[in-house]
Parts: sequence; C-alpha cells; structure tokens
Amino acid sequence: MSDNGCGFPAPGLHSFLFQPIATVGGFEFNKVMLLALITTLLVVTFFYAAFGKAKVVPGKLQMVGEAGYDFVRRGIVYETLGKKEGEKYVPLMVSLFFFIWIMNIWSVIPLAQFPVSSIIAYPAVLAAVVYVVWLGLTFKRHGFTGGFKNLTGYDKSLGAVLPLVVVIEFFSNVLVRPFTHAVRLFANMFAGHLLLVMFTVASWYLLNSWMIPAAGVSFVMTIVMILFELFVQAVQAYVFVLLACSYVQGALAEHH
Amino acid sequence: MIANLVQLAAGEEQNPLLPPGPELLVGTIAFAIVFFFFWKKLLPNINKVLEERRAAIEGGIEEAETMKVEAQSVLEQYKAQLAEARHEAARLRQEAQEQGAALIAEMRAEGQRQREEIVAAGHTQIEADRKAAASALRQDVGKLATDLAGKLVGESLEDHARQSRVIDRFLDELDQKAEAAR
Repeated sequence: MSDNGCGFPAPGLHSFLFQPIATVGGFEFNKVMLLALITTLLVVTFFYAAFGKAKVVPGKLQMVGEAGYDFVRRGIVYETLGKKEGEKYVPLMVSLFFFIWIMNIWSVIPLAQFPVSSIIAYPAVLAAVVYVVWLGLTFKRHGFTGGFKNLTGYDKSLGAVLPLVVVIEFFSNVLVRPFTHAVRLFANMFAGHLLLVMFTVASWYLLNSWMIPAAGVSFVMTIVMILFELFVQAVQAYVFVLLACSYVQGALAEHH
Repeated sequence: MIANLVQLAAGEEQNPLLPPGPELLVGTIAFAIVFFFFWKKLLPNINKVLEERRAAIEGGIEEAETMKVEAQSVLEQYKAQLAEARHEAARLRQEAQEQGAALIAEMRAEGQRQREEIVAAGHTQIEADRKAAASALRQDVGKLATDLAGKLVGESLEDHARQSRVIDRFLDELDQKAEAAR
C-alpha cells in the first residue's frame, strides 16, 4: 500500500504499527506505550500540582484544574446521573475524560504526533472498565432477573414482539455496546490520524516544481485539520464519558 | 463504517480492531494509575477544599445576613426612638401651650381681681371721704346755720342741747325733702 505506482507514500495501516523502541525480557515496548505512560504521568502530575495542596483561595493552576474537574463533574456526571447518584462515579468519569483527552491530543503534539487512542487496545480497556461497572451495577441494583429485564428492555405490554425485542435489545446492549463504545473513539482518532498524515506527507511530497501550489493547499489543509482534530479530540473524550454516564444511568433507572 | 474497517483490516497482516495483548496491559496500567490517583488522593483533596470554600462562602453570607438583621433592628430602634422623641416634643409643646394659656388666664384673673380690689378700695375710700365730707359739712352747715340764726335771732343759741336738736331736725327735714324730690 505504501507504493502505488507514483511513489506517493500513502498513509495506511502501517502508519499504526510501531517497531519496539526497547525490549525488556521479551516484552516489546513501543512508542505508543511510552505515550500512554506519559499520558498517565501528565494527567497525574498536572492534577497533583493543581489539587495536591489545594487551597480554599485557589491559585492559577488550581483554578484551571477546578474548571476541568467541574466541567466533568457538573457538566457531565451531575447532568446525567444527578448529584446524589452521580457522586460515586465522579472519580471514574473524571479520570476517563482527562486520560482519553490527553491520549487524543498526542495526535497533534510535535514528535509524538500519534493519538494513543487510535490503537484499539486503549479504548478497549476503557470501554471494558465502563462495561464491567455498568453490568455490575445493573445486576446489583435489580438482581439477576431484574437486571436482565433492565438490559433487554423487557416489557410485558409488548406482547407478541417481546421475544424479538428482548433478543435485539440484548444483542445491541450487552454485546454490541462495549464494542461501539470503544470503536467510536478508536475510529475517530484513527481517521483523524490518517487525514493528518495524508496532508502532512502530501505537503512534503508535492513540494516540487509545478505542484508547489498544491503543496500549499495541502499544507493549509494540514493546519485546518489540526484545528479540527483538536476539536474532535475534545469532543470524543466528552462523548465517551457522556455515553459511560448514560449507560450507568440506564442501570440506575427502574426497569422500563 | 465498522464493517468496512473490519473488512479493510482483514486483508492486512494485522487487524487494527484486534487489540494486541501488551498494549492492553499497558493501557490498563496507565488508566489504573490515573484512576487510583483521582479516586484516592486528588478528588477527595479538592472536594474537601471545595466544601470548605462553600462553607466559607455560606458562612460569609450568613454573617452578612445576621448583620443585616442587626442593622435592621437598630434602624427600627432608632426610628422608634425618633418617633418617641417627636411625640415627646409634641407633648411638651402642647403642655407648654396649655400651661401658657393657663398662666395667661390666671394672670388675667389675677389682674381682674386686683383691678376689682383697687376699684373696691377706691369706692370705699370715696364712700369714706364722702361720709367724712358729709359729716364735716353737716357740722359746718350746722355751725353756719346756728351762727346765721344767732345773728338773725339776735340771741345766742349757745345752748348745746337745743342747738343740736334744732340742727338735726332741720337736716332731717332737708333729707326728707331730698327723698321726696327724688
């Protein structure tokens, strides 16, 4: 795929494969893993600096941290789950949001230039965490049969179509949901990275003789796409957490 | 879109939708650390501070509320005092007016009394003077009449007893005539 006749090094799946940068006892450590760990370090360091010695009268850093924290807590968790039920899930949602957001942002950071979340493993882990929390909560709240009814949208008034609804709902909620939850984030970042690589490589590739204007267009597109990606990165982090909250809300709700 | 991706990926040596094991492990660890820090340390920390801040703000509001109530009560008190003072002043003025009126009336009465006294005294004086004058006149008239009669009669009517009887009779007659004339 890297050579399609004209020599243009088109981005493809190979753009998402990394040679190990270190091998420790058979464990191949690559760039994405490094970025994932730096993400952890960044998030923890920033919030430790902001909240470690939190004061009633906040400093600048604490104010920024509080704004971010409040955005997730009030803007997402309280909005969907309410203050009383939601409080318990605030730590999970806050860590999800900032972890995902920073993982996404790597996409446009020079030298890194790769969204960690475009490797399916990372969204999958997070979606799995949400899945476990959500299913566990469903059965804890409603018992086994009640939980099952909650998951399948069991409703006697549906009559004859009830078995069909139960099967579809079970399939869509229990089996597909975690998959879509993870893939939504993964695919957005994957596509975004492809676009960025495409325009960046094209800007360079087109930079000769009469194609220079095209290179200019491509370069402008790179800038535009970076701005667009910055937006998408935040939106996808937001959407992921919002969906997680709405799943939890479904589990908390009386079965319908 | 997902199906396309899967299909597209199927041709490749590695499916991008199949998570590699080591990455799963790293992802789990990376997220676990973030979650653990937020859950155990950072969020309790900031929540405590936010709670303190809320309490401080609420305390401030409460304090302001108390002060407002206090100010209100003081204002009310002042207003009450002012009203009372005004009332008192009005009362005093009224009283003074009444007292003044009473005083004037009293003085007028006193003046009246004194005037009447003076008038009465004058009357008495005049009466006394009149009486004195009348008695003096009576004596003088008596003497003059006696003298005149003596001259006319040529005999001295020195005899006192007779003299006074004659004079008295004469004067009585005069009085009677005066009565009759009135």
